Amino acid sequence: MKFLSARRRNPFVAVLLLVAALGAVGITFSTVSNIQPAQAALGTQTQVEEGKKLYLEGCSSCHALNAQGTMNGPTLLGVGAASVHFQVATGRMPLAAPGAQATAKEPSYDPEQIAALTAYIASLAPGPAMPTAEDLDYSDADVAEGGVLFRINCAQCHQAAGQGGALTQGKYAPSLMEATPQEIYEAMVSGPQSMPVFSNETLPIEDKKAVTAYIMALQEAPSPGGLSLGRLGPVVEGLFMWVAVFAALIAAAVWIGIKAR
Amino acid sequence: MTALTPTENAPDDHGHSAPAKLGYSPVAEIPHRLRVTDTDPKAARRAERQVAAMFALSMFFVVLSVAAYVMIDKTTVVYIPVLGDVGASNVALGFTFGIAVLLIGTGAIQWAKKLMPDVEVVQERHDMVSEPQEDNLAVANYERGKDESGFARYKMIRRTLLGALAFFPIPLVVFLRDLWVTPSGENPTEILSNTLWAKGKRIISDGTYLAVRPEDLPVGGLVSALPEGLLEVQEEEHNLNARGKAAIILVRMDPDQIRSQQGEGWDYNGILAFSKICTHVGCPIALYEQRTHHLLCPCHQSTFDLADSGAVIYGPAARNMPQLPISVDEEGYLVAVEDFSEPVGPSFWERDRA
Repeated sequence: MKFLSARRRNPFVAVLLLVAALGAVGITFSTVSNIQPAQAALGTQTQVEEGKKLYLEGCSSCHALNAQGTMNGPTLLGVGAASVHFQVATGRMPLAAPGAQATAKEPSYDPEQIAALTAYIASLAPGPAMPTAEDLDYSDADVAEGGVLFRINCAQCHQAAGQGGALTQGKYAPSLMEATPQEIYEAMVSGPQSMPVFSNETLPIEDKKAVTAYIMALQEAPSPGGLSLGRLGPVVEGLFMWVAVFAALIAAAVWIGIKAR
Repeated sequence: MTALTPTENAPDDHGHSAPAKLGYSPVAEIPHRLRVTDTDPKAARRAERQVAAMFALSMFFVVLSVAAYVMIDKTTVVYIPVLGDVGASNVALGFTFGIAVLLIGTGAIQWAKKLMPDVEVVQERHDMVSEPQEDNLAVANYERGKDESGFARYKMIRRTLLGALAFFPIPLVVFLRDLWVTPSGENPTEILSNTLWAKGKRIISDGTYLAVRPEDLPVGGLVSALPEGLLEVQEEEHNLNARGKAAIILVRMDPDQIRSQQGEGWDYNGILAFSKICTHVGCPIALYEQRTHHLLCPCHQSTFDLADSGAVIYGPAARNMPQLPISVDEEGYLVAVEDFSEPVGPSFWERDRA
């Protein structure tokens, strides 16, 4: 177990995985400039054609034939490759059922199909591009600085320990405990669903790396004292004390006071 | 009530004789039920073994906890179902030592419940009223103290003592005075009504402290922001008051989606600036849903519609979120046009007279 967890935490493993994933997605995307995300790199012509086919089959009923959007789905013109990849690779799109918000699930498409879809949507209008491997390399990032930025920009919805939280009318900010650096980056630049956009101008890539490093530190942090109670803070801890611990104390008092048979 | 004397008890009652010499007397009215351990010597021996086993087990757990302390490296992390990834040393120490202490306690209680004498007793108490001679003694003591101290005789001492006691609360008044009169002489209402924002003051993003240009902020974007120069003021004042009043959020929406604003043209191409401080009890809010343009306060769920003048659409807040009029300077950075037109944050007594 110790051996496995040591391997899991090796930063090079994450980098290698990302490089592999990006290779599958298409070498073009890994060469995109990280300063001008609006200039999305375009996929190959085959990818775009394949993506269009997939789009017309799976997405056009809500997002319209030319991705201009309908009553049931927003326009995809200008959302960029980052947005498409985030939504489809986390399984949020295609939508399983209408609801307060799309939930993450097993993706419906394989990585090649996702690359094709991203290439097709990115070919329609420029938008935030997918990150390069370099954009995601947080190994030199300042975790403490990331914590400060996380508390200013993210903690209000995702909670200070990244456990997620409620929004209005059934919507919610998801927990970040399973998020990958790529998903974190793509969510920040594309602003999926209720989430606001944190562009590379207002939150530069170096700061995004710091935020990612902080989230990764949260994901890996053990709970040295034992029961973390979901790391939800003093309300949950107080509730646990008043309900579970007090019940145990009352039970003990009753046992002490009751006469033996 | 009729008190039983020890001689009235059956000789084979397993220690049921009341400890009469301690001043207790058993009560006849309460029907006494014998325990299994009172009637069955086998059960009594079982209980004895049970208690001894708990004490022995306690020793075992103490030894275990010492072993855990010595043997488990304090940085080792293990996965335990329900608990998750935990520090092995902490959990092992807490568990073994906790169980050891608990077993001593449960053993002692089990001993008392099963084996120690079990008889209902009444403890006699004297009346709650003092005896007359005690009352007289107290009064005599008081009178003697009055005479001996000479409180009635030494006029000067009496007066200066009263004076000293009257002076005692003066520091409180002086110290508390600063709550409504500040050293700078500014009226607290003015202090609460003014923030660092002023005409031409640049908007910098919190955390990165970079000045913001309109083109940096995409539609759907959110920036927690502060006035330029805030850090210097904060340094100088040694407190966070300036930040607490001037904190804002910048959001950008499609200009067509802005239904109303607190002032004509207070946005800049769809970029709106609102106070970050809830008008209910002053929690900082940045929980912004970019699709609905709702701003939700996590403290008491007040919800503001930023596309509609920051109006309260839910929750206990009583007033719209104050909007800051913004524009750009000649270098293209976002700036405030003027300070907030009303005090930001929660209500205060003199607010409407400001």
